[in-house]
Amino acid sequence: MFWNLPYISVVLLTLIGISIIILKKNLIKIFMGVNILTSAVNLFIIAVGYRDGGIAPIYTNAPSTNMVLPTPQALCLTSIVIGVATTALLLTFAMLLYRTYGTTDVDKIRELRE
Amino acid sequence: MITDFLLHHTPALLVAVPLLGAFLTPIIGRISPIVRKIWVMGTMTLTSAIAVLLVYLVYTRGTFVYVFGALTPGLAIPPDSGGIPIRIIFTVDPMGAFMDLIVAVVGFCVILYSLSGDEKRTGLHYFYTLFLLLITSVLGMVSTGDLFNFFVFIEISSLASAGLVAFSVEQGRAVEAGLKYFMISTMGGIFLLFAIGILYGQYNALNIAMIAERMQFTSLDKIALVLMVVALAMKCGAVPLHFWTPDAYSLAPSTITAMLVVVSQASLYGLFRFVFTLYNLTLNYVTIGWVIIILGVLSMVIGVTMAIPQKDVKRLMAYHAVSQTGYMLLGVGVGLAVLGNQAALDTYGFIAIEGGLFHIINHALYKGLLFLTAGAIIYRIGTRDLNKMGGLGHSMKYTMIFFMIGALAIAGIPPFNGFASKLLIYESVYLFNPLLAIIAMVVSILTLASFVKVFHSIFMGPTLPEYSKVREAPPAMLIGMGILAVLIIAFGFFPQLVVDSLVAPAAHALINQGSYISAILGGA
Repeated sequence: MFWNLPYISVVLLTLIGISIIILKKNLIKIFMGVNILTSAVNLFIIAVGYRDGGIAPIYTNAPSTNMVLPTPQALCLTSIVIGVATTALLLTFAMLLYRTYGTTDVDKIRELRE
Repeated sequence: MITDFLLHHTPALLVAVPLLGAFLTPIIGRISPIVRKIWVMGTMTLTSAIAVLLVYLVYTRGTFVYVFGALTPGLAIPPDSGGIPIRIIFTVDPMGAFMDLIVAVVGFCVILYSLSGDEKRTGLHYFYTLFLLLITSVLGMVSTGDLFNFFVFIEISSLASAGLVAFSVEQGRAVEAGLKYFMISTMGGIFLLFAIGILYGQYNALNIAMIAERMQFTSLDKIALVLMVVALAMKCGAVPLHFWTPDAYSLAPSTITAMLVVVSQASLYGLFRFVFTLYNLTLNYVTIGWVIIILGVLSMVIGVTMAIPQKDVKRLMAYHAVSQTGYMLLGVGVGLAVLGNQAALDTYGFIAIEGGLFHIINHALYKGLLFLTAGAIIYRIGTRDLNKMGGLGHSMKYTMIFFMIGALAIAGIPPFNGFASKLLIYESVYLFNPLLAIIAMVVSILTLASFVKVFHSIFMGPTLPEYSKVREAPPAMLIGMGILAVLIIAFGFFPQLVVDSLVAPAAHALINQGSYISAILGGA
């Protein structure tokens, strides 16, 4: 049971993230939801790659135990970097919208819905 | 020496050249606007030339496998890796090459058009940086053979295209549209990454061929499939996830809209690639086929009915883009629904897939042309409202001709290219289920009706006093549109040639999972 904890957290974080995105009206809060969702995916990838008692895959004089494949960590790093770029662009949009409309409430920013 | 280098490293150069060009644009663009134009045009020409060379190589020699960082570019499986492809691999099979060709042709015409069409904007260095980045990402998406790499490219395309949609930041609405598009893309990206994580956890691989070979279709794989289909359907703008399309397409600069059409097609390619290559016969192809067919029919009908009452010319065209995406989904969906039934696949399934794929290239050409003509009109008269236009046929003759070509092609009137691909879809879908074919034909007629109305309100009638000084669009814009128009007519006159030489190999590559796997893993 205990070793399933990361996966349970992933499910919880996903649910929290999605519900924030759907329910909240403030743009900044919605972006926080996006970030929580991204963290859930990152945690998931890391949890998938975890091996109990595994060692770093350095082959020189390595003892014959499980080695951890470094790919998930690499994926997670890439995903974090992409997440930073995404957040930066999202916040830029929020700033520009605030300048035009004077609010970050999604219900008031709806010029497009004719 | 140099030709040898080119022939061995084509897929890498395909992505490296526009990427380098993109990030050097802000520096080189500082010298003068002329230098910037030459640089951007040169980069795009080189990229298109490389893409065409790659397409030629793939169609004559078969699937091109390029391994980044390997001893030799073709060495997919290092001898000491135990039979696992560990590096990032580009796998360009005829299907991918087909998409590369679309990006190369449309990208070239759009950039040429953009040199005059966008010159009034400010911040052009960054505009072209993002533009070339967008082209890089789309080329990468359709060439890569690695799931995570696909995710990275799709995220680059989201970032670049959201930035470009919102490029006119002084308009609040453009930013709103950009935000909407970006939220959808980001959510799609997160879903896709979840799916990739699930597949990686089960099969310890990211290479599409490797996963395809090990595919078990457990319940986790089903979840991954659903996540991927939802993510890519969002990105390609199929109903019911189409709500971002009209906003993003209508508020982006026209050149960007033409390119966004290609980005959507690349997402469509991703959808087809995952369904056909990653899962193929292991999935419940009848159910998934019908899901895609229903998505397609809904997109066709809802897209066209929403298009008819629109007042904004680009918004109207955007709804038609949704509707046309439906045809591609319908064609390929019918092919998927009969994938396991060899007799049905031979009689009509394969033709349906051919029709769907042929429609992808045709759509990219005529929709690109239509958005560019809309852009030329907006460039000259400064409004997008159809009710305020009129009588432009007197002053913008060439634009009118190009618009007519595009409109007749989208409505499926012979001898233009839309007719050729729609005929393939009608014929084959009729054998599968007559009702679907009838719906497709009715949608086509409604499309024609809608475009007749648009044509009438833009070009017909006496010259309006406020537009008496309107001149024809600048030459660069006309040449860009002209190339697309010539291709539309050429594809319409020689459809059989195009289908046999371009589309059929792509369709074969799409349904033949074994050849994709063996290109990487070797053996049978």
